Amino acid sequence: MTLTPEELDALRLSFAVATRSVAMSLPLATLIAWLLVRGRFRGRFALDALVHLPLVLPPVVVGYLLLVLFGRRGPIGGWLYDTFGIQLAFTTAGAALATAVMSFPLMVRAIRLSLEAVDRGYEEAARTLGAGPVDRFLTVSLPLMLPGILAGCVTAFAASLGEFGAVITFVSNIPGETRTLPLALYTAIQTPDGDAAAARIATLSLMLGFAGLALAEWLARRLRRTLGQA
Amino acid sequence: MIRLEAGLRRGAFRLDVAFEAPEAGVVALFGRSGCGKTTLVNIIGGLLTPDTGRIDIGGEVLLDTATGRNVAAENRGVGYVFQDARLFPHLTVAGNLDYGLRRTRERTRGIERGEVIALLALGDLLPRRPHTLSGGERQRVALGRALLAQPRLLLLDEPLASLDAARREEVLPYLEALRARLSLPMIYVSHAFDEVLRLATHLVVLDAGRVVAQGPLADVSLDPALTAIVGPAAAGAVLDGRVVDVDAARGLARVAIGDHGELQVGAAGTAPGMALRVQVLARDVILSDRPPEGLSVRNALRGRVTTISAQDDDTRRVLVDLGCASIVAYVTRDAVDALGLATGSIVWALVKSVSLRSHPFPGRHV
Repeated sequence: MTLTPEELDALRLSFAVATRSVAMSLPLATLIAWLLVRGRFRGRFALDALVHLPLVLPPVVVGYLLLVLFGRRGPIGGWLYDTFGIQLAFTTAGAALATAVMSFPLMVRAIRLSLEAVDRGYEEAARTLGAGPVDRFLTVSLPLMLPGILAGCVTAFAASLGEFGAVITFVSNIPGETRTLPLALYTAIQTPDGDAAAARIATLSLMLGFAGLALAEWLARRLRRTLGQA
Repeated sequence: MIRLEAGLRRGAFRLDVAFEAPEAGVVALFGRSGCGKTTLVNIIGGLLTPDTGRIDIGGEVLLDTATGRNVAAENRGVGYVFQDARLFPHLTVAGNLDYGLRRTRERTRGIERGEVIALLALGDLLPRRPHTLSGGERQRVALGRALLAQPRLLLLDEPLASLDAARREEVLPYLEALRARLSLPMIYVSHAFDEVLRLATHLVVLDAGRVVAQGPLADVSLDPALTAIVGPAAAGAVLDGRVVDVDAARGLARVAIGDHGELQVGAAGTAPGMALRVQVLARDVILSDRPPEGLSVRNALRGRVTTISAQDDDTRRVLVDLGCASIVAYVTRDAVDALGLATGSIVWALVKSVSLRSHPFPGRHV
């Protein structure tokens, strides 16, 4: 199976978008997971619901909302453009934002589960050994959450590779800029005589999905073995 | 001095305790499961803030709810050995040991890494991961980790409770060595009286969230409040003495109790000059109204009856002042009547050497 330059472009773009998307959401997802598990504040339920919204909304709605907020004339997008000259709509960065929002709940859920599984006894032990709040988060809680964080990253990465609706709505389908694998597949289906290309891209997506899942499983096992949880 | 007061209410559970103990030695917090021991050490360690309370360790006030002072657990300098060790699973033994050490200031370090590793025999374990250690090894590492954080006070919350009898015997000598070698105040929580006998110099007895007895172990050992918890079979006076000489031919060792008391115990495991702790079980003591003759018993101690009280319907609890110390004897109501025992009576307390339980109790705090 040989890929055309356009398909290779789409593959490369998908990886770039997914990588940026995971890098963007990881710190925030960790913070939000922490707040949801350990936080005692009003509005925790509202925050929980807000984070999970992309799971239940049609992706097109998310894309539309992003366009309204982050478009050149949107309240946030306008400010970003005027202040920093950053444009998100119809750019690769915008595609990464759209996939980040869509995969955010998956990542928060994975990190949250792993944080809930961390025995608070270890944090208490760290306290009695002189570690302050930030210190014990970085040296005890975070390393113990690592399997969950990694799982969250891999899942979010895989989901980002495949995000379609929010991407096409927010940043359109521009070759070399926003045409990721699923958009390339969609284009191939829409093109007369695109059957072979569509089959190639679909096969590629399948292989990527499998590889991602296998990698996640392997990493999780290795980590659990080091922590003695296996 | 360790001075502590704490009041706490959580649902139906109430804790209301106050005690004072010398810093030197091991203070045992003793009581049944659920009496509030762990709650109390969590309060001392700063993991739990009581509704009211004051903690003063050698003049340093760690908590005073009256003034609002509450030093955070991470700044208290109070070491904590948990029942379940709680070694960090992502670090090696060496990493665990260094965790607290790295967070101390260099000039305040009095307990050295090498010394702790030698004292607890941790050298071979350093590169290993916690999940590959046995229960006893884990507790030794937890002990070392807490010590290297350079605590001013060490809390040990039932560190042997999760171990079987054989493992317990593996760890106990290390605890005894720590008590003897380091001048570090320790609070040892236990519901096993044999551990208390092996380690404690001072005893605080808790029952249902209250202190029912406290003081030096020898004094509290005579207290009926302690008997109510350990049961009459384990009740008896605890005497701290020193081996005067060992007569290998007769198989007996003479133990000086105070300035002019003396007991003879089995010679096995004793050596002249050794500090020895002897427990005289109350139900093993025979009282006689005259010096005994022609008996196999090796110890006949002359003393004066100070109190007689009812242990149960048919048993009397007789406290006898031997001059150097007091011991307690359980005798039948019938025997008290037959001998005409009353407060002030002169008696001889007869104790078989073979029924004495003794073990070395080394340390500067005896």
